[in-house]
Amino acid sequence: MTQTETQSQSRRPKLASSTIPVLAVLAVLLVALAFAGSAYQEPAGYLALLKRAAPLMILAIGQYFVIVSGGFDLSVGSLVTAEVVIAARLIDGDESATLWVMLLMLGIGAFVGLVNGAITTRLLVPSFIVTLGMLLVLDGAVFLWTGGAPRGALSDSFRTVGRQGIDGVPVIGQLPWSVVVLAVIVVLAVLFMRSPTGRTLLAVGDNETAVWLGGGRVERLRTLAFVLSGLSAAVAAILLGGFAGVSAQVGDGLEFRVITAVVLGGVVLGGGRGSVVAAMAGALTLESLFSLLNLLGVAGGLESTVQGVIIIAAVAYAAVNWRRKKP
Amino acid sequence: MTATATRQPVRRHGTRKFRLTPTMSVYIALVVLLVAGSVLVGMRGGVLLDHGGILNILTRGTVLGLVAIGQTMVILTGSLDLSVAYLIGLCSLIAAETMAGDPGMIVPAVLLTIGFAAVVGLVNGLVITALKVNAFIATLGVALIIRGYLENTYTGPAGSVPRGFQHLGYDRIGPIPVSTVVMLVLAVIVWWYLTRTKGGYHVYAVGGDEEVARLSGIRTGRTIVTMHVLCSVMAGLAALFLVSRLGSGAPYVGTDAGYDLESIAAVVLGGTLLSGGRGGVAGTIGGVLILATLDTIFDDLGVTPFLKDVVRGAVLIVAVALYARSQLARRAR
Repeated sequence: MTQTETQSQSRRPKLASSTIPVLAVLAVLLVALAFAGSAYQEPAGYLALLKRAAPLMILAIGQYFVIVSGGFDLSVGSLVTAEVVIAARLIDGDESATLWVMLLMLGIGAFVGLVNGAITTRLLVPSFIVTLGMLLVLDGAVFLWTGGAPRGALSDSFRTVGRQGIDGVPVIGQLPWSVVVLAVIVVLAVLFMRSPTGRTLLAVGDNETAVWLGGGRVERLRTLAFVLSGLSAAVAAILLGGFAGVSAQVGDGLEFRVITAVVLGGVVLGGGRGSVVAAMAGALTLESLFSLLNLLGVAGGLESTVQGVIIIAAVAYAAVNWRRKKP
Repeated sequence: MTATATRQPVRRHGTRKFRLTPTMSVYIALVVLLVAGSVLVGMRGGVLLDHGGILNILTRGTVLGLVAIGQTMVILTGSLDLSVAYLIGLCSLIAAETMAGDPGMIVPAVLLTIGFAAVVGLVNGLVITALKVNAFIATLGVALIIRGYLENTYTGPAGSVPRGFQHLGYDRIGPIPVSTVVMLVLAVIVWWYLTRTKGGYHVYAVGGDEEVARLSGIRTGRTIVTMHVLCSVMAGLAALFLVSRLGSGAPYVGTDAGYDLESIAAVVLGGTLLSGGRGGVAGTIGGVLILATLDTIFDDLGVTPFLKDVVRGAVLIVAVALYARSQLARRAR
């Protein structure tokens, strides 16, 4: 199994087979948005959509690493909440604290991921249970620390990342910082998945034993996936904190929403199949769909019903398709 | 490979005499917890296992126990059910709105609730087996569908329950609530079914290796669907019990208590493998009692509710790590 062989085998067909459906759905939704709302008849509307979707897309990238290596990360929602609450408490409106608190948030994200990964790989606890336990621990710890209501405030410069952008860009007017952050992370993620490490990570999800026998460091790779997911939660928390402000409900339900997004992108639970671009496109598709439903005047309560139907339909479609392709 | 293969049976034979089964260790842990809790509460000048304490543990354990029994059956087949929490909410509303305070409507309401729950279970099972959707996604999808309906239709509690129906929730024999007895009887029936009947063996076979089970002539799809229907019916029963205590249906009665993840936690705490094929109802009841006892101890000690979550999460991880460790020792890899 040489390097070139795997590359030529997986690069082309991967884009064609699993990314195309979600991109097609996304394209249809984006066009539909233009017909449904006047805001979407110029680039600024779509940029606003991208800005709204950026946290979920970043989380989807993190979750993709974990899912593709054969695990789950249910702790991201509570991690986002914890990060935002901690940041608000530590910064407390103090501008000078912004930078080190942001770095601390990334550190906490990586640490939580490391703990998740270490318990999963070293103590052999299923990742579903580990991250469920972590969810309970983080939820409880945050509320224990804050006494039920988050205190403190984020500094203005902290909120800039989630809210503001680079002004005076031709054609689009303002380029939101969150979109810039998103673009950087997407490029990094794509490069990572094309590197030998990324490819081995995908292989771990497909056949752990084969990678192990082939000399791959399975434990280390799976731990790395959790660390990346934790980091993505930290970045999402920075964006969400700026965009939505401090509350103890920022991260509510995010873990299931992000898994929906990744699965919508055609990534198979259990690992080994799917691309990171598709996972991210799945997140954008989900957000566009919610925007479209909103424009069409569908009640907010039905949002989750639609989410439920879509997630089942997407996976059923993929499963039926996949069976047909099998000889 | 051959070396481990030949060594394995010898090891297994040698350790079997001394090794605790997960079920036994759950109950030992429960006893240790009760003793430690009694001492801690005693130091504060209280008594953990007085009349009220026992009642408290059992009442807390009953609803979770019902849901967890169903969840055990589903998890044993290698599936899982994330839709129970929202299903409990919807079932509580169906029951309370059908009864609407009229004693004559109790029987139709109970039948309708259980029938509806069974249909939801059927949908779960069919989506998993016929459409080949991963159980996590299928039941999460159904949960979201129910959630959307609840959010769109209800803003708060609705319906009311006739006085006669409230006996289910409040009557008791000595310190033991009638509903707990019902729960335990159901647990025994399910235990008997899983360990003493052909259908039960099929459940373990499907959970152990679905492909092998299929090739052995077991109708795997049918087994999985049946277990999902039974699991949802148990959730429906839990909803009926909650309604009888609350007096009306409430959309978020299931999710506020987190019965979806909590029941999975109880099952796993009870020594059942999340990947299926190993474990049982006896361990689950132990797991449920451990969670209920922890809650009661914390209440008696006056610990803030938030610390409960932290401890619960830690207990869950530690317990499963210990099970994994003993399995690892047995497999000698």
